[in-house]
Order: sequence, then structure tokens, then C-alpha cells
Amino acid sequence: MSPKRKLRVLVAKPGLDGHDRGVRVIARGFRDAGYEVVYTGVHQTPEQIASTAIQEDVDLVGLSCLSGAHLFLFSEVVRLLREKSAADITVIGGGIIPEEDIPKLMDAGIKAVFLPGTSLDEIVQWTEANVRPVEESQEPAR
Amino acid sequence: MTAGLVDRILSGDVRSAARLMRGIEDGDREAFDTLEALYPHTGHAYVVGVTGAPGSGKSTLVGALTAVLRRGGMTVGVVAIDPTSPLTGGAILGDRVRMQEHCTDAGVFIRSVATRGWLGGLARAAAGIIHVMDAMGKDVVLVETVGIGQQEVDVTRLSATSIFVLTPDSGDAIQMMKAGILEVADIFVINKSDQEGALRVKADLQSMLNMGGPSSAVRRPPVLLTEAFNGKGVEDLVREIWKHRQTLVSDGGLRKRALERARLELAEAVESSLRDLIDSGLDSAAHERLVEELTERKISPRAAASRVVGQLTRPPQ
Amino acid sequence: MFDEKTLQQVHDGMLEWWGKVKAAVDNGRGMRRFSTVSDMEVKPLYTPEDIRDLDYAENLGTPGSYPFTRGCQPDMYRGRVWTFRMFSGFGSARDTNRRYHHLLKHGETGLSIAYDYPTLMGYDSDAPRAHAEVGKCGVAIDSLADFEVLMAGIPLGEVTVSHTINPPASVTWAMNLAAADKQGVSWDRLGGTLQNDMLKEFIAQKTFMLPPEPSVRLVRDIIEFGTLHVPRWNTISISGYHMREAGATAVQELAFTLADGMTYVQDVLDHTKLDVDAFAPRLSFFFDAHIDFFEEIAKMRAARRMWARIMRERFKAKNPRSWWMRFHTQTAGCSLTAQQPLNNIVRVATQAMAAAMGGTQSLHTNSYDETLALPSDQAVTVALRTQEIIAEETGVTNTVDPLAGSYFVEALTNQMEEKALEYFDRIDAMGGMLAAIKQGFPQTEIADAAYRYQRQLDRKEKTLVGVNKYVAEEKTPIEILKIDEKLEEEQVARLSEVKRTRDNREVARALGEIRRACDGGRNVMPHVIEAIKAYATEQEICDVYRDAFGRYQDPGFF
Repeated sequence: MSPKRKLRVLVAKPGLDGHDRGVRVIARGFRDAGYEVVYTGVHQTPEQIASTAIQEDVDLVGLSCLSGAHLFLFSEVVRLLREKSAADITVIGGGIIPEEDIPKLMDAGIKAVFLPGTSLDEIVQWTEANVRPVEESQEPAR
Repeated sequence: MTAGLVDRILSGDVRSAARLMRGIEDGDREAFDTLEALYPHTGHAYVVGVTGAPGSGKSTLVGALTAVLRRGGMTVGVVAIDPTSPLTGGAILGDRVRMQEHCTDAGVFIRSVATRGWLGGLARAAAGIIHVMDAMGKDVVLVETVGIGQQEVDVTRLSATSIFVLTPDSGDAIQMMKAGILEVADIFVINKSDQEGALRVKADLQSMLNMGGPSSAVRRPPVLLTEAFNGKGVEDLVREIWKHRQTLVSDGGLRKRALERARLELAEAVESSLRDLIDSGLDSAAHERLVEELTERKISPRAAASRVVGQLTRPPQ
Repeated sequence: MFDEKTLQQVHDGMLEWWGKVKAAVDNGRGMRRFSTVSDMEVKPLYTPEDIRDLDYAENLGTPGSYPFTRGCQPDMYRGRVWTFRMFSGFGSARDTNRRYHHLLKHGETGLSIAYDYPTLMGYDSDAPRAHAEVGKCGVAIDSLADFEVLMAGIPLGEVTVSHTINPPASVTWAMNLAAADKQGVSWDRLGGTLQNDMLKEFIAQKTFMLPPEPSVRLVRDIIEFGTLHVPRWNTISISGYHMREAGATAVQELAFTLADGMTYVQDVLDHTKLDVDAFAPRLSFFFDAHIDFFEEIAKMRAARRMWARIMRERFKAKNPRSWWMRFHTQTAGCSLTAQQPLNNIVRVATQAMAAAMGGTQSLHTNSYDETLALPSDQAVTVALRTQEIIAEETGVTNTVDPLAGSYFVEALTNQMEEKALEYFDRIDAMGGMLAAIKQGFPQTEIADAAYRYQRQLDRKEKTLVGVNKYVAEEKTPIEILKIDEKLEEEQVARLSEVKRTRDNREVARALGEIRRACDGGRNVMPHVIEAIKAYATEQEICDVYRDAFGRYQDPGFF
């Protein structure tokens, strides 16, 4: 009998932006929702984030960027995950992102963008509805 | 589980290995089937446990150890264990933050594990994850845990060399004696040794270790000073680890520990198999009725247990 | 402050008042908890009883006199209004220079440079880590060549310039000093500020480069050099703003900022030959003006009083100017919403008003579109006008410290001080601020407060108009500032040109001198200035620091 399958999440700050209030609040929010949250601090490169996501076999990667470099950084993380055959990991983002950039991010593979003012409940609810932990010992999609 | 998966893990495929580790943590039967196939390929990695109170700098030390081992040409696996919140069942796994310099190094595999509050299950999951890293070809596996509570002490029994980390300002001395760590640790490290009091704690510790009892080993565990933050003393620590290994090899201790580990794993595996047997053979409605009878004092616990066991071991009709 | 008869009358009045209030509560209105945005509980009524022990001379003093609760200068804004100093910068030096001229034309009285992330972190625009970040949230400055363009047409002898930068502060300051030389402005006429506060980086803002001790050493080198050679320059802006933005309460902002200040003062005393009165007058501070009107005013008044006492009693400073706490304020970025952005104009106005009534020396007001992008020309003009209207039309500048004597404000000021002192005790017990930071104490306190506040918002115990109350479905479309994608390429090309045309041997020599100063414990500034004049780049100098002192990685306190 296996215990309830736990969702594993990586919350990460790509790039040089050091504002981590959001990611730290979200990490706690996810923890309180019962998830296991891998937290890697600030100043991560997209390579570090992709590598971490794969080693930790997370279901979800949450990216935060307040420096305006989100178009490149977020899409780069998605690209690297795909390159390493981990396209099934859901990637979401948040931060200071103009509305007109959201469609571009979605096109690049970001599944949702949460702007300032989003409640923790909203993010957790979205996750519950859209991110399922992988099925039993399913081999990773290639 | 396919032969392909086993081969991929043996050749070092991170994604497949990481997925398998997930299944092991979640207790999936399929994952344990795969582990069975990998088992013959394990037994080569040298397992080092790093235990100590929160704030002692364990994670930074593990990162520094990894750097030294890498420079020496070894591949490294890291299992970083953090407590699950008893209130919510979730966990923030923040140990690897201090090791992120290694995260794009193909020769290093870092995995964060939450304790999940299982009774004994943690050791089983940790053992499984170590096996996977071993099968992938990692030379050394570092296992980091706070070391409080029975399950985490069990985890330390999985290692060949056990390091205990404290800091100059920790009142750890007293706690250590309670937890029995003095008997279990092979090497003591006083980290953040640039802080005041390091030498005094070292002296105190050394005299406590020298007191020993009739069961104390001939080998006195060394007490080292490190500043993990800038790497000071870490090369010496690695040297001590290999010295300890040498001692174990020459006095048969290594084999003894391997037997000890296997004994623990066997016990876990048997328990788990029995649990599966019980779960699969149990008629839950009948079980509930029995529980009610117990509450109403219509039957005693042992008699009830006999009935259940009798039910399970009854030859098939 | 009040005689016994008055207090008795007040007390009797309170009993009657409570009777009326209770009746309303019992009638079904219920008893709700009212608190500031920092979750400090506020009573329904304040009376003389709440400040019965207040002593005018000891606790308040006249403005310009110890303990300066009512203001550093005797006549405050009647003598000179606070400086309108709008933090700004984006894109290339030329783009930003344009914005500076626009702001000066519209009434700004001091400049404040916002650098882009690569510059803040000590990277040049062509560094791999700089890709996609160049010019995005500040101006890209790689060498003196860029700085000269940035300051083109701006008389450095007349306009004070503030640099919001930390690890590479020595580098941009050197550019400023070199630019002044080129304009023929002598350093004793040069005024400005450097943020240069590394302790708060480890706590909150996280633009760090080197480990804590060498970071503090560079801060100290700057303070020492400024004290001796650039006497009108504020060599540090000890900051609480960033901690507040990270989620700290007002009390935490107050306590941690002053604790940082004490750490720097002690460090300079321990490691240089400077007397405290030589450098203390040029220490400055930087606070947040958050949305709770009275809490912010009380915080600023408490800050002045506490710092005066610290400088006189703990550090034995004798010069009254050493006891002054002069500060810059910025309205709270974290209080602004992306939803219904025009509402932010109102928020900023009330926050700016609080800063004015709190006695700030200079002020930055945020633009209403800053939760979406960098401020547009229109938005930044409104923000500037906000200050001008408050200063010229509202009458709050007509008298000094107008809220003094208010039962509520004085009680709140006292409460702020008490709670901050409790934090001092805890930090002392840990061995001081540097030790506390290494243990993650302020970082975790702030994370706890941030999480608590988010939960309160989610449960609607605290309101954010437009976000969890008075939500509107229709969006107000607004024009936002966009950074040209070609900028990075152009900046990199400019950088290559600089490297090609300068005397590279001279650069190498100067960089070597910086390294020797690092290793030898000598003040780096003279050598940094030399290197800058030879057109060494910011990263080249910062790489010398990294090689000499090591790099710092986020330990990830959550």
C-alpha cells in the first residue's frame, strides 16, 4: 500500500534578480498544501533549474522574475527541460510581467502566469486542478 | 519495468533514476521490482553519513566534501533529508541550496528527501535511493540528516563512515550523550570553527571520548575543525574518511557494517512484505467487526490477533 | 506631561466612553481587531493617559535639538523642502540621460541612478549571465564612457547624485568622481549619496557578490575615503526599505536598519583611525513609506530619537551632527497593485504625505504602472507632481512636525521604540548583527512576517483594494514602457569599442594595484579611480574583488 502520492515542486529564481519574497511565500504555501518543495535560492541559471528539476523528479517548476528578463529566462528553462526529455514537467511563472507578454510565455510552453495580487489559494487550486503527480512508476515520457 | 529502464539507470540516465527514486519514496511495487533487478549491481559505493543539529552547516559541509571528492576524480551522490511538517504533511527541502555549485556537474547527483513521518519507512526509502545512486556508478554517496529520532538514527546505520557535525556554540555536548551519538559517530567535526569557543569544544569532546566505557572501540574517533564556508579543513576530513575506511577494511569492520546494513534492510523488507500480505489478505469488513468487538470488551487483543493471523495463514480453501 | 486632575477627568471620561462603545458592541456590531498593515494592534481611542509619562524635553525636544524626534533641522521644510529625488534609469545611458533632463525640467531637485541587474551584480553587458537583463530594470553602465553619457549636460557641482548600488559602489562612485574631474568640479563641492549597504543585501535585497566580511570592508573603505576626500558626500545609505519590501514589519524595518547602522559605525571605529565625529555626520538612512499612514510617521520619529541616543550614549559622539538621522524615503513598491493601476496614484500620495509628516530629507514617489513595467514618462511625471502638490498646496510643510503631541502618534512612536529595543536585545544575544545574519535570524523573521501577511490577505483579514475587495473585471489599458530588444547588442558593441580604444596595459596595471590593495588591507578607492580613468570596466574591477575575496552564494534561508 503506498501512501498518498505527494506532489513535488521546485520553486526557483532564474537570472540576476534577487527579490525572493514571492518565492519564499509560495514555498511555504505549497508546503502548507502538503507538497514537497525544493527551494534553490536566488541567482539560478536556467541550466541549474532544469538540472535540479530532473534530479528531483518534480511535477511542477515555479519561476519568478521581477527584472524584466522573463521572456528569455522562462522560455530557456522550458527549452532545456524539453531537450533533456523532461517536457512533461509543468512550468509556471510569476513576477513583474506585462500582460502583453503572457501569450508569448504561453506559446513558449509556460502553462500559467500568476501576476502580483494572486492569492496562495488560487495558485494551489490551479496546481491541484492542473498538475497531477506522475502515475505509479511510470517510465518518464521520452 | 523494462530491461531498458534498468540499462538506462546503470548507464547513468538521470531522468530514469530520478523517476525510480520517486517510486521508491512512494512505496510503489513496480519501483521495488526495478530495484530488485538493480540490486546485483550495487555494493560498490562508499556511503558516508553526515548528521548534526540544524544550523551546524551540514549542507555547506556536504557541498564542500563533494567539491574535494570531485577534485579527486570521484563521482558523488547526495541524499539530503529534511523533516516533513507534522501539521501539513508538506516539506521545504532547502539543503541543496548550499550545494548548487554542483548541480550542473554530471558527476554529481543530488536528491532531496522528506522524512514523511513514516515509522521506519524513511530508512527503507533512503536505502533504496542509495542503491539507485550506487547502481548508477557513484563512487561515494553522502547522506545528510538531522539525526533526531529513531528513523534518522536508522538512516545513519546505512553508512559505513558516520560523521557528526557540531558548532562551537552548540550545547550539543549534553544532547549527544542522550542520543547515543557518541557511540555511533566515527568522526566528529566542529564546523564554523572560526567562531569563538571552537578549541574548547574540541577539547571537551576529546576528553569525553577518551573517558569511554567498556564497550568503547580501540579507535578514538578524531575531532576535526572545519570552516565549510571556505573549505578550510575539508581536505583533512576527506583524508580521515579514507583512513577510517582503511581501518574498516583491515579489521573486518567494513564487512561487519555491510552485514549490519543488510540485516536492517532485510528486516525492513520482511516487514514490508508482511504488511503487504496483511493488507491484501485482510477482509476489511470482518476486520472492522473485530475492532468493534474489541472496543466492547467481547474479545481481548491477543485473541483478536490470533484470529487475524489464523485467517491469513489458513491454507486456501 | 499632564497633571493629576486632568488625568482623573480623562479617566472618568474613558469609563463613560467605554460604556457607550460596549453598548454598540453588545448590540451586534461586534468587536473586530484593528491593526496596522504590520499587524500592530491599534486601540479605538488614545488619550492623555497613553502618554502620561511623556517628557517634552527628554522624549521630544525642539526640532534641531537632541533627541531630534521632531526633526533634524530646526525649521525643516520652511527652510528647505525635502529633495524631490526620483530613482530612475533604464536602457542605455543616453535613454536615461534624456529621462534625467525631463525630470529636472519638471522640478526634480536631485538625481538617483537606477542601474540594471548586470551592473548591480558586477557584470558587464557582454557577460553570459547578463544576457536578456541588460538595461531592463535600470541603466546599463559598463565603464566611465557610459557614465559620462549618463551625466551629459548635468552640472555635478550643483545637482546631487544618488547611486542605488551596493557591491560595485566603489566602481560607480569612482566614475562619478572621475566625471567630476572632467567637469572641473572639485571633490569638496561634490554632493551625493551611495547606497553602499551590504548588510541589508544579505538580509533582503540579495544583490551580493562577496562574502560578508570583505563586503563590509569595502563599505568601510568608501566611508573612510569619503570622510577624508569628498566631505559633502553621504557615503552610505543604511537601508530599511528593502527589508520592508521583503515583508518585514515596521518594527523589524526600524530595528534591523538601526542594528545595521550600529554595526557599520563599530566597524569603522575598529578598523580605521577615524574619530566617530569625523564620519558619523555623513551617514544617512533610507526608509520605506508604506500604506499605514500613522505607523510610518511614528516609525520615522522613533528612528530619529533612537539613533540620536545610540550615537550619543553608545558611541559617545560629541558633534550634534553625528546625532542626526537624515534619511531618504521611497513609497512602498510592494503596496502597489497590478489590478486597477490608477489606484496606485492614491496610495503613493498618502505614503508621500506620511513621509513628509515623518520629516524625510528626500523622497522618491513610485509611478502607478510599476507593477507592470518601468515607469512611462507620463506616470513618472504624475509621481513627481504628487510631491510638488503635497509640498506646495497641502500645507503640511507650513509647520514643523505637525503631529507632535497627538496622543495616538506619540503613543505609537513610543511603542515602535520599545519593540525595536526588544529586537536589539535578541540580536545582541546572538553576538551582533553579522552573527545574526549568518544564522539567518532577520531573514527568517522577515519571511515569517511576509507569509503571515499573505495569509491575512488570502483570508481577507487585510484588504487590498482591487485585489481582494472592490475587484473589477474590466481592465484599464495603460501604455507601458518597453525596452528595445536591440539595446543589448548595441551596448555590447559600445563596450567592445571602449576595450579596443583604451590603453589596455594601463588598465592591467591599475587592476593589479587594486588587487594589491585588497590583499594588503589598504583602501582600494584611489586605485579604483585610477583604473576607472583608464576605462577599466566594472566587471574587470569586480572580478579582481571576486578573485581576492571569493564569491558568495545564497544560503537560501526561507
